[in-house]
Amino acid sequence: MAKQYETVIGLEVHVELATKTKIFCGCSTAFGGAPNTHTCPVCTGMPGSLPVLNKKVVELALAVGLATNCKIHQYCKFDRKNYFYPDNPQNYQISQLYLPICYEGGIEIETPAGKKVIGIHEIHMEEDAGKLIHDEWEDCSLVDYNRSGVPLIEIVSEPDMRSAEEVIAYLDKLRLIIQYLGASDCKLQEGSMRADVNLSVREVGAREFGTRTEMKNLNSFKAIARAIEGERARQIELIEEGKKVIQETRRWDDNKEASHPMRSKEDAQDYRYFPDPDLVPVIISDEWLQEVRDRQPELRTEKLARYKAEFDIPDYDAGILTETKQMADLFEQTTAICHKPKKVSNWLMGETLRLLKEEGKEPDELDFSPENLAKLIELTEAGTINQTVAKEVFEKIFREDIDPEKDVEEHGLKTVNDAGELRRIVEEVIASNPQSVSDYRGGKAKALGFLVGQTMKAMKGKANPGAVNQMLKELLG
Amino acid sequence: MANVISDETMEYVGILAKLELSDEQKEQAKKDMERMLDYIDKLNELDTSAVEPMSHVFPVNNVFREDEVTNGDDRESILKNAPAQKEGSFKVPKTVE
Repeated sequence: MAKQYETVIGLEVHVELATKTKIFCGCSTAFGGAPNTHTCPVCTGMPGSLPVLNKKVVELALAVGLATNCKIHQYCKFDRKNYFYPDNPQNYQISQLYLPICYEGGIEIETPAGKKVIGIHEIHMEEDAGKLIHDEWEDCSLVDYNRSGVPLIEIVSEPDMRSAEEVIAYLDKLRLIIQYLGASDCKLQEGSMRADVNLSVREVGAREFGTRTEMKNLNSFKAIARAIEGERARQIELIEEGKKVIQETRRWDDNKEASHPMRSKEDAQDYRYFPDPDLVPVIISDEWLQEVRDRQPELRTEKLARYKAEFDIPDYDAGILTETKQMADLFEQTTAICHKPKKVSNWLMGETLRLLKEEGKEPDELDFSPENLAKLIELTEAGTINQTVAKEVFEKIFREDIDPEKDVEEHGLKTVNDAGELRRIVEEVIASNPQSVSDYRGGKAKALGFLVGQTMKAMKGKANPGAVNQMLKELLG
Repeated sequence: MANVISDETMEYVGILAKLELSDEQKEQAKKDMERMLDYIDKLNELDTSAVEPMSHVFPVNNVFREDEVTNGDDRESILKNAPAQKEGSFKVPKTVE
């Protein structure tokens, strides 16, 4: 029988923190500025410059640590990790090795076999590196230090995951927690969340871990899943052939669905860490820690439970609504205005998701106001506009956040509730469609639908279809 | 001298520090490093098991900045320090991943 193998996976997740400024200087962290326009002597590593820690970075790191059940090193400090590479202007990265701010935590994920806790070894604060662009015309590289010094936290998991599914579940949970905290937008595509996968295989039942490799350049959940499958297969093949897995860093090429070893940063991985003498220790008092704890927002698990209890909406709906903070906020704010959770949920689950999909957008790009959605719901509930008109108006809210009351007024979209007016038009429709009238009277029920359609058309969609139906039946006897 | 720095170690330290040394300089550096290690051995004679490692000599902690943008676009002066530049960026020899 063929040997059975188990995959052992641990992750290093880098998350860019949502601060206005860099970790050690007052330069902007805004994305997309012209090269080197967000730089200063500190983040370009000029001799004699002095880094000063951004307090917000410590607070966001603490928030993430508390939300992932970590212990906190209330005395923590920064260390220098030394290596030469042009994206790193100081020739060292300021990071934390000896006393990372958070340690020994974990989060629970759902697996087909039930709940499972994935341990978090540590979370440390560090600075991002600059960006290298390889010049197309000349044999040189160009360095943009706008990203140099952008604050990161690195979340190091224990090697507790055993499949791509568990990895995705862990990342998804982590992403949601961090987004809910407002600590980062966690966009894999834009690099504000990056995951390196450490993977080894061993025979089922073996006690020792196999030799692991580290995989980089994974910028979507799909790429992560493919890279895990690919690396597992590659390592098993080596073992079966009696060869050895080499401990190395590999770069995943998602187009080729294959990885290749990265040329190591000047041979040796010897970072010679030592305490950074420019940065004094950080002491996190019990009071400060409590302040951060008191400010923690409601996280998804708690929100989910509350939605079910408070709003009486189906589990499925509650699940979708809480999947992103933007959607959940929109739901809660709109409901707070109109007090119709079920209706709000329907608009978000139905039309909103449909339009997002149609435009290829993510829920965090939603930017219409809860006030306008609430007004639309009121208009529909009061019978001022019918469902068809409401959908058209909603598209305008979705795209331009218009005021539905004004729009309905300006474009004369109100449902005609004047019975006399309705009767007049229905009579006209009956008079000009004798064939359908006789079909209906002859027993073809379908013909009624055609007449309803004609009436709606004559009234430019502003009728209540129920009322039209009733009026037709009445007049046709 | 108790400590001996091998040629391999010297070579390795040179690579890590990006230093190119002449044979003469290498011999001198070896001697210096050996003396340093001997001195460390002397320090190690002290029992420090009950002493917290010290990272800073000053009793100062919690020096922070608020998260407010204080720097504007100063690219021109920053790039004055670049040995070479192109299109608003620092120009460096081609790096391959």
